[in-house]
This record gives sequence, structure tokens and C-alpha cells, in this order.
Amino acid sequence: MKQPIYLDNNATTPLDPRVLEAMLPYFTEKFGNAASRNHAFGWVAEEGVDYAREQVAKLIGCTEKEIIFTSGATEADNLAIKGVFEMYKEKGNHIITAVTEHKAVLDTCKHLEKNGARVTYLGVKEDGLIDLAELEATMTPETILVSIMYGNNEIGVIQPVKEISAIAHKHGALFMTDATQAVGKIPVDVNADGIDLMAFSAHKMYGPKGVGALYVRRKGPRVKVTAQMDGGGHERGMRSGTLNVPGIVGLGKACELCRLEMESETVRLSALRDKLESTLNKMEESYVNGNTQHRLPHVANISFKYVEGEGLMMAMSDLAVSSGSACTSASLEPSYVLKSLGLSDDLAHSSIRFGLGRFTTEAEIDQAIAVTEKAVNHLRELSPLWEMFKEGIDLSKIEWAEH
Amino acid sequence: MAYSEKVIDHYNNPRNVGTLNKDSKFVGTGLVGAPECGDVMRLQIEVGEDNVITDAKFKTFGCGSAIASSSLATEWLKGKTIDEALAIDNMDIVEELALPPVKIHCSVLAEDAIKSAINDYRVKNGLEAIALEKSHH
Repeated sequence: MKQPIYLDNNATTPLDPRVLEAMLPYFTEKFGNAASRNHAFGWVAEEGVDYAREQVAKLIGCTEKEIIFTSGATEADNLAIKGVFEMYKEKGNHIITAVTEHKAVLDTCKHLEKNGARVTYLGVKEDGLIDLAELEATMTPETILVSIMYGNNEIGVIQPVKEISAIAHKHGALFMTDATQAVGKIPVDVNADGIDLMAFSAHKMYGPKGVGALYVRRKGPRVKVTAQMDGGGHERGMRSGTLNVPGIVGLGKACELCRLEMESETVRLSALRDKLESTLNKMEESYVNGNTQHRLPHVANISFKYVEGEGLMMAMSDLAVSSGSACTSASLEPSYVLKSLGLSDDLAHSSIRFGLGRFTTEAEIDQAIAVTEKAVNHLRELSPLWEMFKEGIDLSKIEWAEH
Repeated sequence: MAYSEKVIDHYNNPRNVGTLNKDSKFVGTGLVGAPECGDVMRLQIEVGEDNVITDAKFKTFGCGSAIASSSLATEWLKGKTIDEALAIDNMDIVEELALPPVKIHCSVLAEDAIKSAINDYRVKNGLEAIALEKSHH
């Protein structure tokens, strides 16, 4: 079977062969436990981890001691939010987040609500950005944490992190960000951005799955989180468990490559993305979702009105993309992120996310454009809504049988 | 999720896509579903002498299974009498297309579309609409 063109790099990215090469020795001859202090096997493994810690720290502008390795961004989100809630409960119980966050943040907050937390879920504006005045008005003396993602996984919008952290700090709260989609893609500097805690993951930046990190600020202020896993007290006591040495080495190498290639990659990817987006946006009744100024360089989210996303993806089987349609889910609810932008359900059902990556070529983008145009046109020929639209019938005036 | 071969066949080569004259008294039109829910089916039948369905057309906004369900329905409807058409059950469609449980609602919608088209035809021709079971999707 011919492999489809991979344009789902927000879901995961392929491992860069250079990352794999760096990892391989740590599966075999350098297999030691990084916590073994008494022999060379342990020292070699620890050296690999230390070097990776430096590579990671360099990408985000922090010191090595501020990196806690985890199994991925979901664990890092859990550790940050639950850990802060438990560590700072004397100070207050209020957490502020946003409705467009990843489930790893939202569901962690929901969990804490059962344990006495009060959580505010900020809405977003039509372009996907939060309203800073609303954030400021929501801050209370009991607010211990503001958790707002850096770049959104579905639409790619970049929140004004610097301004958000300034507001949090002004009111004595910590600022945490899930930066899974942003780290390695755009410049992220924890000091310039005023970040106290930050979660990210290797597999979104051409590293391996199953490894990520939590940045925890050590100075101004010194942030502490309560460990969520008990054991050998690894990672400065914040995350027990034998270190995933090959994975960590891979994360380090992935960070280094992203840092060295970010500038040229951003130029290349945004040019390809813009070509894809502007061409498809020329189709009748197509809409780009989310803010297009403050956005990750490699994401385009487009709704093709009057066709349904899942049906569309089936016609685009030469492309691996994702849709905001949730025809397969039991709830039949389309993407909560798109709905929170104020998109009607039918437009959310009609959305396709294109996620470009390091290995995306211009030829692939040209092919993606052709496949998408053909699929949209084919499905519109089949669509009663398209026919009605063309006849000038106002679909909002029809009494649909809700089901 | 992988689609069955039959779904893919109907999706790639949909039968009877199109539009019949909805103002003709020989044509019954059923429009079911809602754009908000991600699927809308329009199914039309043309009825000839002896209550035999001589033509059927559809257009569907929805996923592959919804398109395949309505395509299959039009295929089955042609040549059937109205009474035979009323006997088509959504589970027949599920079976023929090997639809997974999450896609059963597509077959329910197709059955609703058939009944709704028949009722439109009946009402146009001075007959009473047949009471339909409340749809359950």
C-alpha cells in the first residue's frame, strides 16, 4: 500500500534519524541505570542524561537543574497542576485555565475540583486568544496558579504568554504553560516569557514517544511541586522512577536539532503552510479557523462549509490529516476547541487540520492541495446542503429534525 | 477506523446521486438529520403505477457510512412497491454494509429518510401520513 502524505504533525512527528542514532547506544552497550553511582555503567548513563538535560535547558533558556524528566507532556501537566495545588494549598485553592486547553490540563483541573479546588475556565475570543482583561478580573488573592497553553494543538494560535505571566505574577500566582506544541517550533524562553512551570514532550519535535519534561523554576521564585509518584526520589524528589535514559537522550538531541534549525524551518514551513492555506481558502465557502497572526508556523485549520469532515477525510485518503468532526465519537460532539471560538457545529464538523513538519516537501503540499480540492468538490456534488446553498436557500431557516 | 469494502465501494461510486423534481406529485422527498449533528440526508423517490418506485435519488452531507447508507437505500428502493419499501429496516443496512456500532445512527437516518420520502409522497397524493416511530439516534 502506498503511504499517505503525513500532514498530522500536531498529533505526533516522525523520529528524526539523527535522534535515533543518538539513542541507539543507550539501549545496548550504555544500558546502565543513571542512578547507579558505583560503577561505570551508571556513570555513562548519567552522563547521557546530564548532557540531554543541558540540551533541553539550552532550548528553553533555563538551567539544567530546572528540568524534571517525565513520561510525556500529560504527566508533566498532571505533576505541575496537582503538584502546585498540593504544595500551595495553604495560600489558596483557586486555579485559572482556559476552555481551549488540552484534556491533560482540563481533566486534571476537573479532578482537583473534586478535591476542593475552585477552577475558572476562561473562554476565548473568536480568534482563539484569551481576553487579558478578563484574566485580570478573575484573579483573586486565593489564586495560586494560572495555566494557559502556549500554542493550541488544533488551531495553532499562540497565547500572549508574556502578558499572561505578568498578570499572574502581579497577583502573586504562579504561571504554568502546556507548551507541547510550541517548544522546538518557535522561540520559547522561560525567563523572557515569565514562565514558572512548563510541560512539553519529545514526540512532537521529532523525538521518541514516552518522554517529556516539566520545567520547574528554581529562582525568583523557587517553585516546588508535590511529587505525584512515590519511590526512589529521582529528579530532585519530584518524579520518582528509573530514568528512561534512551528516551531522555532522544529528547535532548531532538531539542538540540530544533534549536539549531528553528529559524530556517520556520521560514520554510510557514511558506508552505501559507501556500496550502491561501490556495484552499480561495475555494468558495472555506474558512480559516483561529488567529492567523499569532500562530504556530506549521498549522492550518480550515472549514469547508457544506461538507462533513470525516466524509472528507475518507475522500482524502491519500493524506493523513485530522478533523474537528466527531462523527465517530458516541457523543457526536464536534471539537470543543472550535466550538469555543464560536464556530457553529456544522462548521466545526467541516474542519480539517493540516499539520506540516520537518519532512514535509513542497511537492507534497502541491499534492495535498490537489487532493483536497478534488475531495471537497466531490463531496459538495453529493451534499444536499451545498445544493440548497447554491439555490439561495437560507439553511438557518429550515427546521431540522435534531437528533 | 477501517471502513468495510462495501462502504468504500458505495462511497467511491455512489449510486443514484442527484435530484428529482420535488414539485412533481409523483415524487416524494425526505430530508432528515441536521447540519449541527454532522449528517443530513435527502432521499427522493419517484412512484409510478401500482405504487412501484421507478426512480430514487439521494444527496447526503455526512461521513462515509452515511453516504453509503443512503446510496444503498436508493439501490434497494428502485423496483420496490411502497409497502415493500416501508419494510426496509435499518438493521438490514447495518448488516449489508457491516457498519460498526458507532455508525448505526447512519442506517437509522437512512430508514428515516425512506419513510419521510414515502410520507411526503402520500400527503401530496391525498393520503394520510404514516405514523413513524420516534427516531432513536
